[in-house]
Amino acid sequence: MSINRSGWKPEMSQVGASDTATFTGNRALMLEEPLIFEIGSTETTGVDFDPILPGTGRGTAGEAGGGGGATTSDSLAASPLHRPSDGPPPRAGEDRLGDLSRTAPIGLPGLSEPEAVRHYTRLSRQNYAIDLGLFPLGSCTMKHNPRLNERMARLPGFADIHPLQPVDTVQGALGVINELAVWLIELTGMYGVAMTPKAGAHGELCGILCIRAALEARGDPRSVILVPESAHGTNPATAAFAGYKVEDIPATPDGRVDLEALKARLGPDVAGVMITNPNTCGLFERDMKAISDAVHAAGGYVYCDGANFNAIVGRVRPGDLGIDAMHINLHKTFSTPHGGGGPGSGPVVLSEALAPYGPLPFTERHADRHITLVEEETVGDRHPHSFGRMSAFHGQMGMFTRALAYILSHGADGLRQVAEDAVLNANYVLRSLDKTLDAPFAHSGPCMHEALFSDNGLPEGFSTIDIAKALIDEGYHPMTMYFPLVVHGAMLVEPTETESKAALDQFIGALRSVAERAKAGDSSLKSAPHFAPRRRLDETLAARKPVLVWKEPEAAKAAE
Amino acid sequence: MRYLPLTDPDRQAMLAVIGASSIDDLFVDVPEAARLDGPIHGLPLHASEMAVERHLTKLAAKNLAAGSAPFFLGCGAYRHHVPASVDHLIQRGEFLTAYTPYQPEIAQGTLQMLFEFQTQVARLLGTDVANASMYDGSTACWEAIGMARRITKRAKAILSSGLHPHYVSVAKTMAKFTGDVLETAAPTLDPEPDHARLLDLIDGDTSCVVVQFPDILGRIGDLSELAARCAANKALLIAVVTEPVALGALRSPGEMGADIVVGEGQSIGVGLQFGGPYVGLFGAKEKYVRQMPGRLCGETVDAEGKRGFVLTLSTREQHIRREKATSNICTNSGLCALAFSIHMTLLGERGLRDLAALNHAGAVAAAERLAKVPGVELVNTGFFNEFTLKLPHEARPVVRTLADRGILAGVSLGRLYPDEADLAGGLVVAVTETTTPEDVETFASTLEEVLA
Repeated sequence: MSINRSGWKPEMSQVGASDTATFTGNRALMLEEPLIFEIGSTETTGVDFDPILPGTGRGTAGEAGGGGGATTSDSLAASPLHRPSDGPPPRAGEDRLGDLSRTAPIGLPGLSEPEAVRHYTRLSRQNYAIDLGLFPLGSCTMKHNPRLNERMARLPGFADIHPLQPVDTVQGALGVINELAVWLIELTGMYGVAMTPKAGAHGELCGILCIRAALEARGDPRSVILVPESAHGTNPATAAFAGYKVEDIPATPDGRVDLEALKARLGPDVAGVMITNPNTCGLFERDMKAISDAVHAAGGYVYCDGANFNAIVGRVRPGDLGIDAMHINLHKTFSTPHGGGGPGSGPVVLSEALAPYGPLPFTERHADRHITLVEEETVGDRHPHSFGRMSAFHGQMGMFTRALAYILSHGADGLRQVAEDAVLNANYVLRSLDKTLDAPFAHSGPCMHEALFSDNGLPEGFSTIDIAKALIDEGYHPMTMYFPLVVHGAMLVEPTETESKAALDQFIGALRSVAERAKAGDSSLKSAPHFAPRRRLDETLAARKPVLVWKEPEAAKAAE
Repeated sequence: MRYLPLTDPDRQAMLAVIGASSIDDLFVDVPEAARLDGPIHGLPLHASEMAVERHLTKLAAKNLAAGSAPFFLGCGAYRHHVPASVDHLIQRGEFLTAYTPYQPEIAQGTLQMLFEFQTQVARLLGTDVANASMYDGSTACWEAIGMARRITKRAKAILSSGLHPHYVSVAKTMAKFTGDVLETAAPTLDPEPDHARLLDLIDGDTSCVVVQFPDILGRIGDLSELAARCAANKALLIAVVTEPVALGALRSPGEMGADIVVGEGQSIGVGLQFGGPYVGLFGAKEKYVRQMPGRLCGETVDAEGKRGFVLTLSTREQHIRREKATSNICTNSGLCALAFSIHMTLLGERGLRDLAALNHAGAVAAAERLAKVPGVELVNTGFFNEFTLKLPHEARPVVRTLADRGILAGVSLGRLYPDEADLAGGLVVAVTETTTPEDVETFASTLEEVLA
């Protein structure tokens, strides 16, 4: 074999590589990974514990005096890392479990640390993520997650404190909550904020419960919440949970709430409205203030779904639009990581009318800068109308720290720029593609932070899902599909402000190419994705015969 | 601004493509009165990474970290050692910066992990199935009460007095709006849980009985009789586990007949974090699966017949059913579930049992030592890693005094039950594998001095 200047000259065989089966089923970097139940054993562990301390009754079960041989020299043996393994046998201490000791096997497999690290690293590589590329999932705001925020949340002073420690020992944590609360109030122009809701939907519930508590307090409970058809599914689910009947609000042809129709429906039975602004079509509700005024005039309250606050932060304060309550998804606007489905955090800003009804606990800052916690024992007469507690402890502290780091990094000027760049990026996508794909509201003016397309104009047999799955082959996570429901075959594209122009240009090129292939009737789209770790998955089978936990093959067979 | 890639020339070029003369043109739909013409006055401007780090580090230093003091707090949040690899793995960008797995072809990592998590949780709790997580234990608890109402079509829920008072408080909040009728009571400093009270209250109108295991005072009791009485009355038994490590030593609630078992998973993998984010565990008998709240991951095959996983039974959920959904929950605690699952995989059954034994032995030794402090009595007959002491004085100020002397001495019942004078002397003490014998001795001897 000849050698060239840079090394061995490889033989470049043209044999159909994609048809070559491998022994392992792996394909180079695309690695198959079994379940822990198939590779682990109940006797394997990747964790060890300190050996037993003589006379203390502490020790590892079944391994009396375990860890023997750890003492290699007198000096090491004396160090706190190495505890002496000889000495009198351990005093096990009287068992205080009564007759409740667990005897039956549990069936939890263990892996050694190297095996576990490899298992989860291999699994991670089957995921798409923002760190890998543009993630234009409309309404979900997949923006870059700064790693400073992770580092800050892991400071022992934040990560390693207990929620019920005496308040004098957690003044810094309460300071974080308070500082973030002040930012949220200022950015939204509202009166107060409830910090404990654990995610957006929990925040919606908080807001609606405030509305209900306020109405009940004036002896006028009312029964109906109005929600536009374009709303997130959580809105009607929340209103129904709080005991309200849900009615649709009609939309105008340009994708906004129909103010006149709304006015006509308002009346003494309407507790309030839930409106997303900017809405789920990516459009600003031009009549928001008029809507709020009309609802207030009819004795109701205005809940704003703040999932899309990232489009207007620093440019518009919802308080100026007459909002009474709005949740803020810290995991959207303020970039706390989505983590494959949470945790989120959904603080709710409240108007002066609703603030008295907000949930416990909350923090209060005093003139001497000391921060106190108002909870059951200290509430006294200071917050007599609170509707109660929504969760144990103080809310998503770990998310507060991250969000505060994000907010401080951007500052008032940077946050405004965030909204501007998010809106600019979305409009750039919209105008670059509105000749290729149907953009139902493009005629009505600019969009906000997300661009909405539909599958109108695609040939018979092609729909949004084919575009989406083909985008996977192009190396992208698809946009939100079939939502909002008001548009046929909706494709909701939210690029966010953390994408460069070059990244947008490549994405636009990919989406245009896929759309043109669909228009040309390219049937290979119907079987996309071709290059992902899995092909299209059979969701019908999953739902018809649910397999929700792993069973040993014999047990699974017997169950059939 | 280090997080924003667009340059001014980029912005100009993009505005030209859009056909707008300035960014303001893109905000024309905002009514003029609501437009802010510059950064909000009075708020700080952007700051460097170093400046932000300095500010937050200063705030963090104002807190007394659990690891830097003898530490004995529990009551729903426990300090356990989390292996370093757990935090490393959950910070892999492919996990950390992924979304809910709506596109299963490129989310098999999260989905397979959830399937493994569901199986681990179901086995630990002793239930047939488990979901992909809830926000935390307290919200999982009220979701379980709601689920029992849907299944039994009855509204009366009987809550054990040993249920965490925050969980009771959350349930009371929700009951105001859902119409559930809750039978509640404050605990008393008895050596055993209040099963007798619960047995007396169960009747033909009962939707469910909610009992915590081990309970808020650390007490443990066999749930079998409660389960049988519930079954005889066609009511459901809901068990709540706030310390899942206990199930490495104790029979699971499912094994004892509970219909729904919920829990707080924070103990395993998650860390204290001042109360959140945590991870709610939710398991149930298979026959109730279609009434369960939250996401479920299920096994299926792809177009080539390869095994794969998807979110399933979503016709229960808000994004499909809207106002008819079983819950409004959407985002849950995915990354905390991952941390739980990784830690549990590292432990394995053997490690979990060893960990539980270590916790129990440490707690027994600590209880014996603390009960020797003059005037202090141990309340519990049985316990796992947490027990209640009765002090001769109000415990609240004692806890504060001990904190001033650098000891985080447990949770006073006065903080949790401010209106119950009979509980004021109660102090709940938790001991885990992170507690050293020296910590116990420091606590005991200082307590002696303080009480003297």
